[in-house]
Amino acid sequence: MDNASLTQKARQLRRDILKMLYLCQSGHPGGSLSSLEILMALYYKVAKTDSRKPRWEDRDRIVLSKGHACPALYAVLADRGFFPREDLWRLRQIDSHLQGHPDMNKTPGIDASTGSLGQGISIAVGMALAAKTRKAGYRVFCVIGDGEAQEGLVWEAAMAAAHYKLDNLVVLMDHNGLQIDGPNDQVMGLGDIAAKFAAFGLETRRADGHDIDSIAGALGSGHAGKPLFVQCETVKGKGVSFMEDNPGWHGKPMNDKEYAAAIAQLGGTVDA
Amino acid sequence: MPEPKSLRVAYGEALVELGATNGKMVVLDADLAHATMTSMFEAKYPERFFNFGLAEANMMCAAAGFAHSGFVPFASTFALFGTGRAYEQIRNSISYVNANVKFGLSHSGLSVGEDGGSHQSIEDIALMRVLPGMTILVPCDPIETRKAVFAAAAIDGPVYIRVARPIVENITTESTPFVPGEACVLREGGDICIAATGLMVKEALKAAELLAALGIKAAVVNFHTIKPFDSKRVLDMAKGCGAIVTVEEHSVIGGLGSAVAEVLAGNSSAKFERIGIQDRFGKSGKPADLFAEYGLTAANICSRCEALLGRGVG
Repeated sequence: MDNASLTQKARQLRRDILKMLYLCQSGHPGGSLSSLEILMALYYKVAKTDSRKPRWEDRDRIVLSKGHACPALYAVLADRGFFPREDLWRLRQIDSHLQGHPDMNKTPGIDASTGSLGQGISIAVGMALAAKTRKAGYRVFCVIGDGEAQEGLVWEAAMAAAHYKLDNLVVLMDHNGLQIDGPNDQVMGLGDIAAKFAAFGLETRRADGHDIDSIAGALGSGHAGKPLFVQCETVKGKGVSFMEDNPGWHGKPMNDKEYAAAIAQLGGTVDA
Repeated sequence: MPEPKSLRVAYGEALVELGATNGKMVVLDADLAHATMTSMFEAKYPERFFNFGLAEANMMCAAAGFAHSGFVPFASTFALFGTGRAYEQIRNSISYVNANVKFGLSHSGLSVGEDGGSHQSIEDIALMRVLPGMTILVPCDPIETRKAVFAAAAIDGPVYIRVARPIVENITTESTPFVPGEACVLREGGDICIAATGLMVKEALKAAELLAALGIKAAVVNFHTIKPFDSKRVLDMAKGCGAIVTVEEHSVIGGLGSAVAEVLAGNSSAKFERIGIQDRFGKSGKPADLFAEYGLTAANICSRCEALLGRGVG
Protein backbone atom coordinates (compact mmCIF):
# COMPACT_ATOMS: atom_id res chain seq x y z
CA MET A 1 0.00 0.00 0.00
CA ASP A 2 1.50 3.38 -1.01
CA ASN A 3 1.80 6.29 1.36
CA ALA A 4 -1.17 8.24 -0.04
CA SER A 5 -3.37 5.19 0.41
CA LEU A 6 -2.08 4.65 3.94
CA THR A 7 -2.87 8.25 4.81
CA GLN A 8 -6.41 7.76 3.50
CA LYS A 9 -6.58 4.46 5.38
CA ALA A 10 -5.55 6.14 8.61
CA ARG A 11 -8.38 8.66 8.26
CA GLN A 12 -10.89 5.89 7.66
CA LEU A 13 -9.61 3.88 10.63
CA ARG A 14 -9.80 6.98 12.85
CA ARG A 15 -13.43 7.34 11.84
CA ASP A 16 -13.98 3.66 12.67
CA ILE A 17 -12.39 4.15 16.09
CA LEU A 18 -14.61 7.14 16.85
CA LYS A 19 -17.74 5.36 15.64
CA MET A 20 -17.00 2.37 17.88
CA LEU A 21 -16.45 4.61 20.86
CA TYR A 22 -19.47 6.79 20.12
CA LEU A 23 -21.76 3.78 19.80
CA CYS A 24 -20.71 2.21 23.09
CA GLN A 25 -20.45 5.55 24.93
CA SER A 26 -17.33 4.41 26.77
CA GLY A 27 -13.72 3.52 26.03
CA HIS A 28 -10.55 5.48 25.36
CA PRO A 29 -10.33 7.83 22.36
CA GLY A 30 -7.10 9.71 23.23
CA GLY A 31 -4.68 6.78 23.32
CA SER A 32 -6.45 4.94 20.51
CA LEU A 33 -5.91 7.87 18.17
CA SER A 34 -2.29 8.34 19.24
CA SER A 35 -1.30 4.72 18.73
CA LEU A 36 -2.94 4.13 15.34
CA GLU A 37 0.06 4.69 13.07
CA ILE A 38 2.26 2.54 15.31
CA LEU A 39 -0.16 -0.34 14.83
CA MET A 40 -0.49 0.40 11.12
CA ALA A 41 3.30 0.33 10.69
CA LEU A 42 3.26 -3.14 12.24
CA TYR A 43 0.21 -4.62 10.51
CA TYR A 44 0.61 -2.98 7.08
CA LYS A 45 4.38 -2.75 6.71
CA VAL A 46 6.60 -4.70 9.06
CA ALA A 47 5.07 -7.64 10.91
CA LYS A 48 4.42 -11.05 9.38
CA THR A 49 0.77 -11.83 10.09
CA ASP A 50 -1.92 -13.69 8.15
CA SER A 51 -5.60 -13.10 8.90
CA ARG A 52 -6.46 -16.49 7.36
CA LYS A 53 -4.18 -18.17 9.91
CA PRO A 54 -4.35 -15.95 13.01
CA ARG A 55 -2.55 -18.59 15.12
CA TRP A 56 0.10 -19.35 12.51
CA GLU A 57 3.02 -20.60 14.56
CA ASP A 58 5.73 -18.56 12.86
CA ARG A 59 3.85 -15.26 12.75
CA ASP A 60 5.31 -12.21 14.38
CA ARG A 61 3.60 -11.55 17.71
CA ILE A 62 2.04 -8.18 18.44
CA VAL A 63 1.18 -7.36 22.04
CA LEU A 64 -0.73 -4.16 22.75
CA SER A 65 0.42 -3.71 26.33
CA LYS A 66 -1.51 -0.45 26.59
CA GLY A 67 -4.64 -2.50 26.10
CA HIS A 68 -7.04 0.41 26.57
CA ALA A 69 -6.03 1.57 23.08
CA CYS A 70 -7.65 -1.56 21.63
CA PRO A 71 -10.21 0.33 19.49
CA ALA A 72 -7.26 1.20 17.22
CA LEU A 73 -6.14 -2.42 17.21
CA TYR A 74 -9.66 -3.67 16.50
CA ALA A 75 -10.07 -1.23 13.61
CA VAL A 76 -6.76 -2.38 12.12
CA LEU A 77 -7.49 -6.08 12.62
CA ALA A 78 -10.93 -5.74 10.99
CA ASP A 79 -9.41 -3.89 8.05
CA ARG A 80 -6.78 -6.61 7.70
CA GLY A 81 -9.53 -9.22 7.56
CA PHE A 82 -9.23 -10.91 10.94
CA PHE A 83 -12.97 -10.42 11.52
CA PRO A 84 -15.84 -8.51 9.84
CA ARG A 85 -15.82 -4.71 10.10
CA GLU A 86 -19.44 -4.82 11.28
CA ASP A 87 -18.21 -6.44 14.53
CA LEU A 88 -16.64 -3.11 15.44
CA TRP A 89 -20.01 -1.50 16.06
CA ARG A 90 -20.66 -3.99 18.89
CA LEU A 91 -17.55 -3.00 20.88
CA ARG A 92 -18.03 -3.58 24.62
CA GLN A 93 -21.52 -5.05 24.20
CA ILE A 94 -22.63 -8.16 26.05
CA ASP A 95 -22.69 -10.37 22.94
CA SER A 96 -19.49 -9.03 21.36
CA HIS A 97 -16.08 -10.68 21.08
CA LEU A 98 -14.60 -7.18 21.26
CA GLN A 99 -13.95 -6.70 24.95
CA GLY A 100 -13.14 -3.42 26.66
CA HIS A 101 -9.53 -4.63 26.73
CA PRO A 102 -7.98 -7.17 24.30
CA ASP A 103 -8.91 -10.81 24.84
CA MET A 104 -6.82 -13.44 23.06
CA ASN A 105 -9.46 -16.10 23.63
CA LYS A 106 -12.31 -14.13 22.09
CA THR A 107 -10.91 -12.04 19.26
CA PRO A 108 -8.98 -13.50 16.29
CA GLY A 109 -5.59 -11.86 15.85
CA ILE A 110 -5.04 -10.91 19.48
CA ASP A 111 -1.79 -12.53 20.64
CA ALA A 112 -2.06 -11.65 24.33
CA SER A 113 -4.81 -10.47 26.65
CA THR A 114 -3.74 -7.16 28.10
CA GLY A 115 -5.11 -4.12 29.84
CA SER A 116 -3.56 -4.33 33.26
CA LEU A 117 -0.67 -2.01 32.52
CA GLY A 118 2.86 -3.36 32.60
CA GLN A 119 1.85 -6.96 32.07
CA GLY A 120 1.88 -6.96 28.26
CA ILE A 121 5.57 -6.12 27.96
CA SER A 122 6.34 -8.83 30.48
CA ILE A 123 4.29 -11.36 28.50
CA ALA A 124 6.14 -10.20 25.37
CA VAL A 125 9.46 -10.95 27.09
CA GLY A 126 8.20 -14.49 27.75
CA MET A 127 7.15 -14.85 24.12
CA ALA A 128 10.51 -13.62 22.84
CA LEU A 129 12.34 -15.96 25.20
CA ALA A 130 10.08 -18.80 24.04
CA ALA A 131 10.95 -18.00 20.42
CA LYS A 132 14.67 -18.11 21.26
CA THR A 133 14.20 -21.40 23.08
CA ARG A 134 12.41 -22.85 20.06
CA LYS A 135 15.02 -21.31 17.77
CA ALA A 136 12.12 -19.76 15.85
CA GLY A 137 12.75 -16.68 13.74
CA TYR A 138 9.71 -14.57 14.49
CA ARG A 139 9.80 -11.20 16.23
CA VAL A 140 7.70 -9.95 19.10
CA PHE A 141 6.43 -6.37 18.92
CA CYS A 142 5.04 -4.75 22.02
CA VAL A 143 3.32 -1.37 22.20
CA ILE A 144 3.45 0.34 25.56
CA GLY A 145 2.24 3.70 26.80
CA ASP A 146 4.32 6.37 28.49
CA GLY A 147 2.22 6.49 31.65
CA GLU A 148 2.51 2.70 31.65
CA ALA A 149 6.26 3.06 32.15
CA GLN A 150 5.51 4.20 35.69
CA GLU A 151 4.72 0.56 36.44
CA GLY A 152 7.71 -1.18 38.00
CA LEU A 153 6.89 -4.30 36.02
CA VAL A 154 7.94 -2.51 32.81
CA TRP A 155 11.46 -2.21 34.20
CA GLU A 156 11.56 -5.78 35.45
CA ALA A 157 10.67 -6.76 31.89
CA ALA A 158 13.30 -4.44 30.39
CA MET A 159 15.95 -5.89 32.70
CA ALA A 160 15.07 -9.46 31.69
CA ALA A 161 14.89 -8.57 27.99
CA ALA A 162 18.42 -7.20 28.07
CA HIS A 163 19.71 -10.00 30.30
CA TYR A 164 18.49 -12.64 27.88
CA LYS A 165 19.68 -10.60 24.84
CA LEU A 166 16.23 -10.67 23.27
CA ASP A 167 17.04 -9.05 19.94
CA ASN A 168 13.79 -10.53 18.62
CA LEU A 169 11.86 -8.16 20.90
CA VAL A 170 10.81 -4.65 19.89
CA VAL A 171 9.15 -2.32 22.38
CA LEU A 172 7.40 0.65 20.81
CA MET A 173 6.32 3.43 23.11
CA ASP A 174 3.33 5.57 22.21
CA HIS A 175 4.83 8.71 23.71
CA ASN A 176 2.00 11.23 23.79
CA GLY A 177 3.08 12.71 27.10
CA LEU A 178 -0.32 12.49 28.76
CA GLN A 179 -2.08 10.12 31.13
CA ILE A 180 -5.49 10.15 32.84
CA ASP A 181 -4.62 12.59 35.59
CA GLY A 182 -2.63 14.95 33.37
CA PRO A 183 0.80 15.34 31.76
CA ASN A 184 3.31 12.60 32.68
CA ASP A 185 5.65 15.24 34.06
CA GLN A 186 3.04 16.45 36.53
CA VAL A 187 1.68 13.06 37.57
CA MET A 188 5.00 11.23 37.92
CA GLY A 189 7.88 12.45 35.84
CA LEU A 190 9.52 9.82 33.65
CA GLY A 191 12.62 11.85 32.82
CA ASP A 192 14.51 10.77 29.71
CA ILE A 193 12.67 7.53 28.96
CA ALA A 194 14.91 6.43 26.08
CA ALA A 195 17.98 7.01 28.25
CA LYS A 196 16.43 4.84 30.96
CA PHE A 197 15.81 2.00 28.49
CA ALA A 198 19.33 2.44 27.14
CA ALA A 199 20.67 2.19 30.69
CA PHE A 200 18.77 -1.07 31.08
CA GLY A 201 20.63 -2.37 28.03
CA LEU A 202 18.20 -1.85 25.16
CA GLU A 203 19.06 -0.37 21.79
CA THR A 204 17.02 2.83 21.56
CA ARG A 205 15.68 4.71 18.57
CA ARG A 206 13.16 7.47 17.96
CA ALA A 207 10.43 7.85 15.40
CA ASP A 208 7.64 10.20 14.40
CA GLY A 209 4.75 8.20 15.78
CA HIS A 210 2.31 9.47 13.18
CA ASP A 211 4.60 8.78 10.21
CA ILE A 212 4.33 5.14 9.21
CA ASP A 213 7.57 5.22 7.20
CA SER A 214 9.40 6.76 10.13
CA ILE A 215 8.15 4.04 12.48
CA ALA A 216 8.80 1.22 10.01
CA GLY A 217 12.25 2.62 9.32
CA ALA A 218 13.12 2.46 12.99
CA LEU A 219 12.24 -1.23 13.19
CA GLY A 220 15.07 -2.46 10.98
CA SER A 221 17.86 -4.75 12.07
CA GLY A 222 21.17 -3.63 13.52
CA HIS A 223 20.46 -4.37 17.15
CA ALA A 224 21.97 -7.84 17.35
CA GLY A 225 22.16 -9.08 20.92
CA LYS A 226 19.94 -6.32 22.25
CA PRO A 227 16.20 -5.75 22.46
CA LEU A 228 15.05 -2.64 20.62
CA PHE A 229 13.14 0.27 22.15
CA VAL A 230 11.54 2.81 19.83
CA GLN A 231 10.20 6.00 21.32
CA CYS A 232 7.40 7.05 18.99
CA GLU A 233 6.49 10.70 19.43
CA THR A 234 2.74 11.03 19.19
CA VAL A 235 -0.14 13.37 19.94
CA LYS A 236 -2.89 12.12 22.19
CA GLY A 237 -6.23 12.40 20.40
CA LYS A 238 -4.42 12.83 17.05
CA GLY A 239 -6.66 13.92 14.18
CA VAL A 240 -9.47 15.53 16.18
CA SER A 241 -8.64 19.13 17.06
CA PHE A 242 -10.51 19.31 20.34
CA MET A 243 -9.10 16.00 21.55
CA GLU A 244 -5.47 16.65 20.64
CA ASP A 245 -3.15 17.07 23.60
CA ASN A 246 -6.09 17.07 25.97
CA PRO A 247 -5.90 14.54 28.83
CA GLY A 248 -9.63 15.04 29.35
CA TRP A 249 -10.20 12.80 26.30
CA HIS A 250 -8.36 9.83 27.79
CA GLY A 251 -11.57 8.00 28.49
CA LYS A 252 -14.52 10.27 27.83
CA PRO A 253 -17.55 9.44 25.68
CA MET A 254 -18.51 11.81 22.86
CA ASN A 255 -21.92 13.43 22.67
CA ASP A 256 -23.75 13.70 19.32
CA LYS A 257 -22.31 17.10 18.52
CA GLU A 258 -18.74 16.16 19.40
CA TYR A 259 -18.99 12.98 17.37
CA ALA A 260 -20.31 14.78 14.31
CA ALA A 261 -17.58 17.41 14.57
CA ALA A 262 -14.86 14.79 14.97
CA ILE A 263 -16.05 12.75 12.00
CA ALA A 264 -16.32 15.88 9.86
CA GLN A 265 -12.72 16.79 10.68
CA LEU A 266 -11.69 13.36 9.43
CA GLY A 267 -13.49 13.85 6.14
CA GLY A 268 -16.52 11.69 6.85
CA THR A 269 -20.17 11.92 7.69
CA VAL A 270 -21.80 10.32 10.68
CA ASP A 271 -23.87 7.92 8.57
CA ALA A 272 -20.90 6.44 6.68
CA MET B 1 8.72 -47.33 51.60
CA PRO B 2 10.64 -44.49 49.87
CA GLU B 3 12.75 -42.43 52.25
CA PRO B 4 11.45 -39.24 53.92
CA LYS B 5 12.32 -36.07 52.09
CA SER B 6 11.28 -32.48 51.76
CA LEU B 7 8.38 -31.90 49.42
CA ARG B 8 10.50 -29.29 47.63
CA VAL B 9 13.09 -31.98 46.87
CA ALA B 10 10.31 -34.25 45.64
CA TYR B 11 9.12 -31.33 43.51
CA GLY B 12 12.58 -30.77 42.03
CA GLU B 13 13.00 -34.46 41.29
CA ALA B 14 9.60 -34.65 39.65
CA LEU B 15 10.44 -31.68 37.40
CA VAL B 16 13.60 -33.45 36.25
CA GLU B 17 11.69 -36.67 35.62
CA LEU B 18 8.93 -34.90 33.71
CA GLY B 19 11.47 -32.89 31.72
CA ALA B 20 12.89 -36.06 30.25
CA THR B 21 9.68 -36.87 28.40
CA ASN B 22 8.02 -33.48 28.07
CA GLY B 23 10.11 -31.36 25.70
CA LYS B 24 7.63 -28.48 25.96
CA MET B 25 8.36 -28.04 29.62
CA VAL B 26 10.38 -25.05 30.83
CA VAL B 27 11.14 -24.06 34.42
CA LEU B 28 11.28 -20.50 35.72
CA ASP B 29 12.48 -19.25 39.08
CA ALA B 30 13.04 -15.94 40.84
CA ASP B 31 16.40 -16.31 42.55
CA LEU B 32 15.27 -19.12 44.81
CA ALA B 33 16.23 -22.08 42.66
CA HIS B 34 18.24 -23.64 45.46
CA ALA B 35 15.36 -23.24 47.90
CA THR B 36 12.50 -24.32 45.64
CA MET B 37 14.82 -27.01 44.24
CA THR B 38 14.25 -26.06 40.63
CA SER B 39 18.06 -26.01 40.63
CA MET B 40 17.82 -29.76 40.02
CA PHE B 41 16.09 -29.08 36.71
CA GLU B 42 18.56 -26.32 35.92
CA ALA B 43 21.46 -28.72 36.38
CA LYS B 44 19.91 -31.26 34.02
CA TYR B 45 18.28 -28.99 31.43
CA PRO B 46 20.01 -25.59 31.57
CA GLU B 47 18.63 -24.60 28.15
CA ARG B 48 15.08 -24.92 29.49
CA PHE B 49 15.63 -23.12 32.78
CA PHE B 50 15.22 -19.36 33.19
CA ASN B 51 16.06 -17.34 36.24
CA PHE B 52 14.21 -14.05 36.42
CA GLY B 53 16.01 -12.71 39.43
CA LEU B 54 14.05 -11.06 42.21
CA ALA B 55 11.15 -10.17 39.95
CA GLU B 56 8.24 -12.48 40.67
CA ALA B 57 5.69 -10.38 38.81
CA ASN B 58 7.78 -10.45 35.65
CA MET B 59 8.36 -14.18 36.02
CA MET B 60 4.62 -14.90 36.16
CA CYS B 61 3.79 -12.81 33.08
CA ALA B 62 6.78 -14.24 31.20
CA ALA B 63 5.46 -17.70 32.10
CA ALA B 64 2.21 -16.68 30.41
CA GLY B 65 4.22 -15.63 27.36
CA PHE B 66 5.84 -19.08 27.29
CA ALA B 67 2.43 -20.74 27.61
CA HIS B 68 1.02 -18.58 24.79
CA SER B 69 3.93 -19.88 22.69
CA GLY B 70 3.12 -23.55 23.25
CA PHE B 71 5.37 -24.30 26.20
CA VAL B 72 4.38 -25.76 29.57
CA PRO B 73 6.07 -23.48 32.08
CA PHE B 74 6.54 -24.36 35.74
CA ALA B 75 7.25 -21.16 37.69
CA SER B 76 8.58 -21.35 41.22
CA THR B 77 9.33 -19.09 44.13
CA PHE B 78 8.07 -18.98 47.72
CA ALA B 79 4.30 -19.34 48.08
CA LEU B 80 3.99 -15.92 49.68
CA PHE B 81 5.72 -14.06 46.84
CA GLY B 82 4.17 -16.11 44.06
CA THR B 83 0.57 -15.86 45.16
CA GLY B 84 0.96 -12.56 46.99
CA ARG B 85 3.35 -10.21 45.24
CA ALA B 86 2.48 -11.56 41.80
CA TYR B 87 -1.22 -12.01 42.55
CA GLU B 88 -2.55 -9.70 39.91
CA GLN B 89 -0.17 -11.07 37.30
CA ILE B 90 -1.54 -14.55 38.01
CA ARG B 91 -5.07 -13.16 38.02
CA ASN B 92 -4.98 -11.26 34.75
CA SER B 93 -2.23 -12.78 32.64
CA ILE B 94 -2.65 -16.43 33.66
CA SER B 95 -5.99 -17.27 35.26
CA TYR B 96 -8.17 -14.82 33.32
CA VAL B 97 -6.91 -16.23 30.03
CA ASN B 98 -6.62 -19.84 31.22
CA ALA B 99 -2.93 -19.84 30.34
CA ASN B 100 -1.29 -23.23 30.69
CA VAL B 101 1.05 -22.16 33.48
CA LYS B 102 1.93 -24.27 36.52
CA PHE B 103 3.35 -22.73 39.64
CA GLY B 104 4.91 -24.93 42.26
CA LEU B 105 5.42 -22.58 45.17
CA SER B 106 7.43 -23.73 48.14
CA HIS B 107 7.89 -22.69 51.75
CA SER B 108 4.15 -22.51 52.27
CA GLY B 109 2.52 -22.28 55.69
CA LEU B 110 3.96 -22.02 59.19
CA SER B 111 6.41 -24.86 58.56
CA VAL B 112 8.86 -22.38 57.02
CA GLY B 113 9.64 -21.93 60.69
CA GLU B 114 12.43 -19.63 61.73
CA ASP B 115 12.09 -17.15 58.85
CA GLY B 116 8.96 -15.93 60.59
CA GLY B 117 5.61 -14.40 59.78
CA SER B 118 6.83 -12.25 56.87
CA HIS B 119 7.67 -15.44 54.96
CA GLN B 120 4.91 -17.77 56.14
CA SER B 121 2.09 -17.85 53.61
CA ILE B 122 -1.14 -18.55 55.43
CA GLU B 123 -3.44 -17.00 52.81
CA ASP B 124 -2.17 -18.41 49.50
CA ILE B 125 -4.93 -20.99 49.12
CA ALA B 126 -7.55 -18.32 49.74
CA LEU B 127 -6.01 -16.05 47.11
CA MET B 128 -5.89 -18.76 44.48
CA ARG B 129 -9.26 -20.28 45.35
CA VAL B 130 -11.24 -17.22 44.25
CA LEU B 131 -9.78 -17.40 40.72
CA PRO B 132 -12.12 -19.10 38.23
CA GLY B 133 -10.52 -22.07 36.47
CA MET B 134 -7.60 -22.38 38.88
CA THR B 135 -6.59 -25.84 40.07
CA ILE B 136 -5.05 -26.02 43.56
CA LEU B 137 -3.08 -29.11 44.57
CA VAL B 138 -1.75 -29.51 48.12
CA PRO B 139 0.35 -32.66 48.34
CA CYS B 140 0.82 -34.27 51.76
CA ASP B 141 4.03 -36.22 51.19
CA PRO B 142 6.85 -36.79 48.68
CA ILE B 143 4.98 -39.44 46.72
CA GLU B 144 1.95 -37.21 46.33
CA THR B 145 4.15 -34.26 45.34
CA ARG B 146 5.47 -36.22 42.39
CA LYS B 147 1.94 -37.19 41.40
CA ALA B 148 0.85 -33.56 41.68
CA VAL B 149 3.57 -32.42 39.26
CA PHE B 150 2.60 -35.02 36.67
CA ALA B 151 -1.12 -34.32 37.17
CA ALA B 152 -0.51 -30.59 36.76
CA ALA B 153 1.26 -31.14 33.44
CA ALA B 154 -1.72 -33.17 32.21
CA ILE B 155 -4.20 -30.38 33.01
CA ASP B 156 -4.82 -27.73 30.33
CA GLY B 157 -4.84 -24.55 32.39
CA PRO B 158 -3.30 -22.94 35.44
CA VAL B 159 -2.35 -25.15 38.38
CA TYR B 160 -1.00 -24.09 41.76
CA ILE B 161 0.99 -26.75 43.61
CA ARG B 162 1.48 -25.83 47.25
CA VAL B 163 4.86 -27.19 48.34
CA ALA B 164 5.99 -27.43 51.96
CA ARG B 165 9.56 -27.23 53.16
CA PRO B 166 9.96 -29.80 56.00
CA ILE B 167 11.34 -33.28 55.50
CA VAL B 168 8.36 -35.62 55.86
CA GLU B 169 7.67 -39.31 55.68
CA ASN B 170 5.47 -40.82 53.07
CA ILE B 171 1.99 -41.61 54.28
CA THR B 172 0.61 -42.55 50.89
CA THR B 173 1.97 -45.14 48.51
CA GLU B 174 2.51 -45.25 44.76
CA SER B 175 -0.83 -47.03 44.44
CA THR B 176 -2.85 -44.54 46.50
CA PRO B 177 -5.30 -42.91 44.08
CA PHE B 178 -4.47 -39.32 43.13
CA VAL B 179 -7.13 -37.84 40.90
CA PRO B 180 -7.28 -34.02 40.95
CA GLY B 181 -10.67 -33.00 42.30
CA GLU B 182 -11.34 -36.28 44.09
CA ALA B 183 -10.64 -36.34 47.80
CA CYS B 184 -9.12 -39.58 48.98
CA VAL B 185 -10.36 -41.56 52.00
CA LEU B 186 -7.27 -42.75 53.90
CA ARG B 187 -9.11 -44.18 56.90
CA GLU B 188 -12.71 -45.23 57.41
CA GLY B 189 -14.67 -44.34 60.53
CA GLY B 190 -18.31 -43.57 61.33
CA ASP B 191 -18.21 -41.23 64.35
CA ILE B 192 -16.42 -38.22 62.97
CA CYS B 193 -14.59 -37.26 59.79
CA ILE B 194 -11.32 -35.37 59.76
CA ALA B 195 -10.79 -33.58 56.46
CA ALA B 196 -7.15 -32.58 56.09
CA THR B 197 -4.81 -31.17 53.50
CA GLY B 198 -1.03 -31.00 53.06
CA LEU B 199 1.16 -31.68 56.07
CA MET B 200 -1.93 -31.88 58.28
CA VAL B 201 -2.97 -35.19 56.72
CA LYS B 202 -0.32 -36.95 58.74
CA GLU B 203 -1.48 -35.21 61.95
CA ALA B 204 -5.05 -36.20 61.14
CA LEU B 205 -4.06 -39.85 60.80
CA LYS B 206 -2.23 -39.68 64.13
CA ALA B 207 -5.27 -37.99 65.70
CA ALA B 208 -7.48 -40.80 64.39
CA GLU B 209 -5.24 -43.28 66.25
CA LEU B 210 -5.57 -41.26 69.46
CA LEU B 211 -9.33 -41.13 69.01
CA ALA B 212 -9.48 -44.87 68.37
CA ALA B 213 -7.88 -45.42 71.78
CA LEU B 214 -10.76 -43.42 73.21
CA GLY B 215 -13.31 -45.51 71.37
CA ILE B 216 -14.07 -42.91 68.71
CA LYS B 217 -13.98 -44.08 65.11
CA ALA B 218 -12.63 -41.21 63.00
CA ALA B 219 -12.43 -41.22 59.22
CA VAL B 220 -9.57 -39.32 57.58
CA VAL B 221 -10.00 -37.82 54.14
CA ASN B 222 -7.10 -36.30 52.25
CA PHE B 223 -8.16 -33.19 50.35
CA HIS B 224 -5.09 -32.98 48.13
CA THR B 225 -7.16 -30.83 45.78
CA ILE B 226 -8.73 -27.65 47.10
CA LYS B 227 -10.00 -26.62 43.68
CA PRO B 228 -11.96 -28.01 41.93
CA PHE B 229 -13.45 -28.96 45.26
CA ASP B 230 -14.91 -32.38 45.98
CA SER B 231 -18.25 -31.16 47.33
CA LYS B 232 -19.84 -34.56 46.95
CA ARG B 233 -17.30 -36.10 49.28
CA VAL B 234 -18.04 -33.44 51.89
CA LEU B 235 -21.76 -34.15 51.77
CA ASP B 236 -21.12 -37.90 51.95
CA MET B 237 -18.91 -37.32 55.00
CA ALA B 238 -21.58 -35.20 56.65
CA LYS B 239 -24.19 -37.84 56.03
CA GLY B 240 -22.01 -40.73 57.08
CA CYS B 241 -20.46 -39.26 60.24
CA GLY B 242 -22.60 -36.30 61.24
CA ALA B 243 -19.51 -34.44 62.38
CA ILE B 244 -16.64 -32.93 60.38
CA VAL B 245 -13.40 -31.33 61.45
CA THR B 246 -11.13 -29.63 58.92
CA VAL B 247 -7.40 -29.28 59.47
CA GLU B 248 -5.05 -27.12 57.42
CA GLU B 249 -1.74 -25.30 57.71
CA HIS B 250 -3.43 -22.15 56.46
CA SER B 251 -5.82 -19.51 57.72
CA VAL B 252 -9.23 -20.90 58.58
CA ILE B 253 -10.51 -18.09 56.38
CA GLY B 254 -10.57 -18.95 52.71
CA GLY B 255 -8.94 -22.37 52.72
CA LEU B 256 -10.13 -25.95 53.21
CA GLY B 257 -12.25 -25.05 56.23
CA SER B 258 -14.06 -22.36 54.30
CA ALA B 259 -14.53 -24.63 51.30
CA VAL B 260 -16.15 -27.30 53.48
CA ALA B 261 -18.28 -24.71 55.30
CA GLU B 262 -19.53 -23.39 51.96
CA VAL B 263 -20.66 -26.88 51.00
CA LEU B 264 -22.28 -27.62 54.37
CA ALA B 265 -24.13 -24.33 54.78
CA GLY B 266 -27.76 -24.91 53.97
CA ASN B 267 -27.15 -28.52 53.01
CA SER B 268 -26.28 -30.26 56.24
CA SER B 269 -26.75 -29.99 59.96
CA ALA B 270 -23.55 -31.89 60.66
CA LYS B 271 -21.44 -30.69 63.55
CA PHE B 272 -18.48 -28.74 62.21
CA GLU B 273 -15.18 -27.35 63.41
CA ARG B 274 -12.27 -25.69 61.59
CA ILE B 275 -8.72 -26.21 62.79
CA GLY B 276 -6.12 -23.98 61.21
CA ILE B 277 -4.54 -20.60 61.78
CA GLN B 278 -7.17 -18.53 63.57
CA ASP B 279 -6.97 -15.18 61.78
CA ARG B 280 -3.49 -14.28 62.95
CA PHE B 281 -0.02 -14.14 61.39
CA GLY B 282 2.77 -16.59 61.98
CA LYS B 283 6.06 -15.91 63.73
CA SER B 284 9.56 -17.32 64.09
CA GLY B 285 10.07 -20.66 65.74
CA LYS B 286 10.80 -24.29 65.04
CA PRO B 287 8.03 -25.80 62.90
CA ALA B 288 7.07 -28.27 65.63
CA ASP B 289 6.85 -25.47 68.21
CA LEU B 290 4.74 -23.39 65.85
CA PHE B 291 2.43 -26.31 65.12
CA ALA B 292 2.00 -26.81 68.87
CA GLU B 293 1.24 -23.15 69.53
CA TYR B 294 -1.18 -22.83 66.62
CA GLY B 295 -2.97 -26.08 67.39
CA LEU B 296 -1.83 -27.97 64.34
CA THR B 297 -1.07 -31.18 66.21
CA ALA B 298 -2.62 -34.60 66.50
CA ALA B 299 -3.28 -33.98 70.19
CA ASN B 300 -5.23 -30.80 69.51
CA ILE B 301 -7.13 -32.36 66.61
CA CYS B 302 -8.05 -35.22 68.93
CA SER B 303 -9.31 -32.97 71.69
CA ARG B 304 -11.25 -30.75 69.27
CA CYS B 305 -12.92 -33.86 67.87
CA GLU B 306 -13.83 -35.02 71.35
CA ALA B 307 -15.26 -31.62 72.19
CA LEU B 308 -17.27 -31.49 69.00
CA LEU B 309 -18.78 -34.85 69.84
CA GLY B 310 -19.54 -33.66 73.37
CA ARG B 311 -17.06 -35.99 74.97
CA GLY B 312 -13.96 -35.43 77.02
CA VAL B 313 -13.12 -32.03 78.41
CA GLY B 314 -12.66 -30.31 75.04
